[in-house]
Amino acid sequence: MTTYQEQEYNKKIDLSLWRKLFKYVMPYKKYMIRLTLVMMAVGGIDVIFPLMTRYAIDNFVIEGKFEGLWIFAAVYGLLVLIQATNVKLLALNAGSIETGVIYDIRRKGFDNLQQLSFSYYDKTPVGWMMARMTSDVQRLGDTIAWGMVDMVWGFTMMVGIAIVMLFINFRLALISLSVVPLLAIASVYFQQKILKAHRRVRKINSRITGAFNEGIMGAKTTKTLVREEENLKEFKGLTLEMFDSSVRAAMYSAVYLPLVVTLGSIGTGLAMWYGGKAVMLETISYGTLVLFISYTIQFFEPVRDLARIFSEFQSAQASAERIMSLIDTKPEITDTPEVLESFGDVFDPKPENWPEIKGDITFRDVNFSYKDGEEVLENFNLEVKAGQSIALVGETGSGKSTIVNLLCRFYEPVSGEILIDGVNYKERSQAWLQSNLGYVLQTPHLFSGTVKDNIRYGKLDAADEDITNAAKMVNAHEFIMKLEKGYETEVGEGGSRLSTGEKQLISFARAILADPRIFVLDEATSSVDTETEKIIQDAIQKVLKGRTSFIIAHRLSTIRSADRILVISHGKIIEDGNHSKLMREKGHYYRLYTNQFMEEQEKEILGRVNE
Amino acid sequence: MNAPIWVMNIIESIGGQDTLRQNIWMCSIAVVLLSLINGIFTYYKGKWSAVASESIAQNMKDTLYDKLQNVRYDYYVKAETGDLIQRCTSDVDTVRRFLAIQLVEVGRAVFMLGMAIAIMFSLDVRMTLVSMSIIPGIFLFSTLYYMKVKESFLECDESEGQLTTVLQENLTGMRVVRAFARQPYERDKFDEVNRDFRGKVSNLISLLAWYWSFSDFLSMLQMGIVLVSGVYWTVSGHMTLGTLVVFTTYEGMLLWPVRLMGRILTDMGKTSVALGRIKEILDEPLDKDEKEGLKPEIQGNIEFQHVNFKYENGKEVLKDITFKVKKGQTVAILGPTGSGKSTLMHLLHRLYDYDSGSIKIDGIELRDIDKKWIREKIGIVLQEPFLYSKTIKENLKMAKKGVDEDRIYQSARIAHVHDVITSFEKGYDTLVGERGVTLSGGQKQRVAITRALIKDCPILIFDDSLSAVDTETDAAIRKALKERKKDVTTFIISHRINTLSEADMILVMEEGRIIEIGKHETLVNKPGLYRRIWEIQNTKEDDLTA
Repeated sequence: MTTYQEQEYNKKIDLSLWRKLFKYVMPYKKYMIRLTLVMMAVGGIDVIFPLMTRYAIDNFVIEGKFEGLWIFAAVYGLLVLIQATNVKLLALNAGSIETGVIYDIRRKGFDNLQQLSFSYYDKTPVGWMMARMTSDVQRLGDTIAWGMVDMVWGFTMMVGIAIVMLFINFRLALISLSVVPLLAIASVYFQQKILKAHRRVRKINSRITGAFNEGIMGAKTTKTLVREEENLKEFKGLTLEMFDSSVRAAMYSAVYLPLVVTLGSIGTGLAMWYGGKAVMLETISYGTLVLFISYTIQFFEPVRDLARIFSEFQSAQASAERIMSLIDTKPEITDTPEVLESFGDVFDPKPENWPEIKGDITFRDVNFSYKDGEEVLENFNLEVKAGQSIALVGETGSGKSTIVNLLCRFYEPVSGEILIDGVNYKERSQAWLQSNLGYVLQTPHLFSGTVKDNIRYGKLDAADEDITNAAKMVNAHEFIMKLEKGYETEVGEGGSRLSTGEKQLISFARAILADPRIFVLDEATSSVDTETEKIIQDAIQKVLKGRTSFIIAHRLSTIRSADRILVISHGKIIEDGNHSKLMREKGHYYRLYTNQFMEEQEKEILGRVNE
Repeated sequence: MNAPIWVMNIIESIGGQDTLRQNIWMCSIAVVLLSLINGIFTYYKGKWSAVASESIAQNMKDTLYDKLQNVRYDYYVKAETGDLIQRCTSDVDTVRRFLAIQLVEVGRAVFMLGMAIAIMFSLDVRMTLVSMSIIPGIFLFSTLYYMKVKESFLECDESEGQLTTVLQENLTGMRVVRAFARQPYERDKFDEVNRDFRGKVSNLISLLAWYWSFSDFLSMLQMGIVLVSGVYWTVSGHMTLGTLVVFTTYEGMLLWPVRLMGRILTDMGKTSVALGRIKEILDEPLDKDEKEGLKPEIQGNIEFQHVNFKYENGKEVLKDITFKVKKGQTVAILGPTGSGKSTLMHLLHRLYDYDSGSIKIDGIELRDIDKKWIREKIGIVLQEPFLYSKTIKENLKMAKKGVDEDRIYQSARIAHVHDVITSFEKGYDTLVGERGVTLSGGQKQRVAITRALIKDCPILIFDDSLSAVDTETDAAIRKALKERKKDVTTFIISHRINTLSEADMILVMEEGRIIEIGKHETLVNKPGLYRRIWEIQNTKEDDLTA
C-alpha cells in the first residue's frame, strides 16, 4: 500500500485559490444568497428573542397587567415558527450547496483524470488521487456550505446585538462591550497557537500511520530478527510525542475557552453594575437591564467557536489546494485544435470523419526519454507492414515497453515521428488511434460487474451473440458457462473472483470484440497451469490473425510464432528477423532463447520460479 | 454554573434589599468571580479530558502495535494492511474523540441538568413542571428520529462505497480505459454514482433539516411557554421577577443537553463499531510460549524425526519429515512451489509449531526452547526481505546490539553488497524506501543477508534469498560464506544446480515429503526430480537447436 506524507498547510490565506473556488460556487449563487438571507434572519431573530423578554418584563411584569399577553404569546409563537422554518431552510440550502459543489468538483476532477497523460499516472500513486477525489472534496464542500452558515450567523448576531445595544443605550452598550478589543487580541494570539499545535499533531499522526504500516508490512522480518521490543520502544516514543503534542494543543483550548467566558462575564458584570445603577436612577427599565445581561452572554457565543471554524477553513484551504492542483494539471498529450475540429475529442468524438486504418506503422528517428530519466530511445527507426506480428524481446528496461507506450500514444516522441498508414499520428485524434487499437495488459484489469459487462466493454453496442462468439473464439466460453451464473456471473472488484488465467481470457475476448486493426499485447509472466497456458496461447494466435500486432513476449511459443522478432537492448534493435533466422545467427536471441527454454522447462517441474 | 442565580439575587435586591442596592458592584464582582471559578473548572475539564482521552488513545495504539508485532506468524499471511491500519488509526481516533468530547459533555450535561432541576424545584415547583413539559417529547422524538435516520446514514455510506469503487477501478484500469477509448462511458458511469451519492446525501440532509427544524421548534416553544406562563404568574403575584429571569435562563441549559441527545446517539453507534473492530485485533492469540522455555547454548546439530505439520485450515503441508544434520554442514533444499520447503524452515525458526514427531537441536526438543531465544540463534533471510525505512546502517545494526562498524563492513563484503552501498551518495547512511533510495530486489536480498550475518548465528537459513542475485554473485557469496562461516549449519533453498551441488546434503521435496535425500553425486545418478532439473540446466546449447 502506498502511504503519502501529510502535506504542509499553507499558513496564509490564499485569496487567489478562493477566487478559483468561487467559480465552483457560482452555479449555486441562488442558494448562496438564500442561505445568507436565511442566516441573517436566524441571527436577527436570535437578537429579537431577548428583546421579547425585555418587552414582557417591562410591559407586563413591571406594569402588573395582563392585557396583550395573548397577543404577545402569539407573536412569540410566530417568531418560533419563523425561526424553525429558517432552520429548515438553512439546512436545505446549505445541503444543496454542499452536495452540489462536491458533485461538480468530483465530476470536473474525474473528467480531467480521464485526459491526463500516463506520465502523470506513472508518478502519482492511486491512493493520492483517491484521497483528493474523496475526502478532500468532501471536506471542502462541507466547509464552504456549513462554514458559511456559522460565519454569517455569528457575524449577524454579533453585529445585530451591538447595534441594538448601542441603539437602546449608547453608554451602557460601550461599557458592556469594552472587553471586546481585549478579546480580539487574546483570540488572535490563541488561534495561532492552537492552529500551530494542531498542525504538529497532524504531522506526528501521519508518522504514526507510517509506523503502523511498516510494523505490519515488516512483521515477518521483525519476528525473525526478534525486534519486537525495540520496535515497540520506538513506537512508544512516537505515541508519547503524540500525547504531549495533543495535550498541549488541548491545553491552549482549555485556557482559551475560560478566557473568553471570563472576559464575557466581565462584560456582563459591567452591564450589571452600570445597568443596575441606571435602573435605580430610572434611566433604563428593568427589562433593558435583563436584555443587556442576556446580550453580553449571547455576544460571546460565536467567539468560542472561532478557533474551530478558522481551523476548518485552513484545512479546507489545504484540501482545496490539493484538489485544484489535480484539476489544473494539464494533460501532456493533447490534440491540436484543428485535429479536434475535424475528429472530435475523447468525450465527443466524430467517428464519421475518421479515416479507415490499415495498420502500417513507421517509427522515424524517434527519440524519447522519460521526464527525469536518461534517453530510452535514440534515433529509433522501425517499419512495420499492415498485418505483421512483431515480438519484442529484451531485458527489463531495454525499452520494449516504451516502444509500445509510444505506439499507443500514451507518451509522445520527444523528437521524430510515428506514422500510421503514412500519416503522423499527431495529425489524428487520440480517440481515433485508441479506438483502432487493442491493448491487452500483462495483468488483466477487469471492472466489477458481470462477465458479460466486461466483455462488452470492448464494444458497447455489441449484441449478446457477438459477446458469446468473442468468448468462444478465445476459448473462454467453456469456463464461463461453468461459472455459477454463466455470463451473468459477477466478477467481483477488479475481477477478484476469477483466476488470473480466466481474467486473461476475458480480456482477450474483450479485445476481440473491439476488433482493432492494431493489437498490442503485454504478455503476462504470471504462472498459469499448463492446460490454461495452452488455451491462452491458442487465443493469442486467433487474436493476432490479420492484425498488425506488437507483443512484449515472455513465452517462447508466442515469440516463435511471430512474423518478426526484434531484440531490443538499450533502446536499439540489435537483432531483427524470424525465429529460425535469429537462431542460426547464434547471437543475443539465441542465448535469450536457450535461457528462457531452460527456465520454462524448470517451471514446468518446479512451479513458480523467479517470481 | 453561570450567572443566573446571582442575576436573580440582584434583581431581587433591586426590588427589596437596600444594602445591596447601594452596592451593585458587589454583585458584578461576584459574577466575574464565579465565572472565573467556572473558568478554572473549565480549564481543568479541558485539560483532564485531554489527558485522559489522549492517554487512552496512546495506550490503545501501543497495545495494538505490540499486539500486531506479537501475533502468530500466519496472521500476517492473511492480513490486509490497509484495513488494519484503518483500525489502528481512524478507529482509535473515533474512540478518542468520543471520550474527549461526548463523554465529558454527557457528564457535564447530566450534572448541569441535575443542578438546574434541583434549584428550579426549590424555587417554584409548578413553574419547574411547566419548564419540563415538552422535554420528554423532544427526547422521545430525537431518539426515534435518529433510529430512523440511521438507515439513511447507511445508504449514504453504501453509495459512497460505490463511488469509491468506480473511481478506484477507473484509476487502476486507466490503461484499459484509454486502450478502448472508453472515457465517455467511464464519465457516464462515474456521473451515475456521483449523482446517486449526491441524491442520497441531499436526502439525508433534508431528513435532518426536518429534525433540526422540528426539535428547534419544540425547544423554542418550550422557552415561550416558560416566558408567557412565568409572566402570567409573576403578574398575578405567585412568583417574583427574579425567579422568572432565573427560569428563562435555566430553560436554555435544560434544553441544550436534550438537543444534543441525537448527536451523542449517532456518535455512540460509531464508537461501538470502532471499538468492535479494534477488539477483533486484540482478541487474536499471541505468539508466546506456553511455559518458560529453555535457553541452551546452540551448537547447530539438528534432527528431524517423523515431523508432521498442517495449517489451521487442515491442509497438510509436511508429512513424515526425517533427516539429520551435523554442525557446520550445508543443506540445500529443492522442490516445486508448495512442496513445503519454506514451511520446513519456518518450523525450525518456530514461526509455526509442528503437530507431531520431534525436532531436536543439539538433542534438545525444539518445542521446549524459548521462541525468541531460538530465533536469536537462527538467522533467516526471507525470500522477500523487508528493510525498514531507516538508513542502511540502522537496518544492519538492528541485527545485533552494539555491533562495531568493521563487523558491518566485513559482513557486507561477504554478502557482496559493500561496494554497492558505498557507491551510493550517502553510503551506509542512505535512507531506504519511501523517501530514500529504492533498492533493487537483489540488493535488498544482499542487505538482508548482511543483516543475518552480523547476527553471528550458529544456524543460518537462506529461504530462496539469492533468487534475485545473478549466478556469479550467488557463487561468490556462497564461497565467502563457506570460508568465513565454517562452523555454521546452513540451509539454502534454491533451484540452481550450482548451489545445490555444493551442499553436503540435498533434500528434494514434493508435496510435503522428502522424496530424495543425499549428495549431488548420488542424486544425479538416479532418475528423479533432481536429475531432471540437472539435465535441464546442463543442456548443451546445441541440443536445443537441433
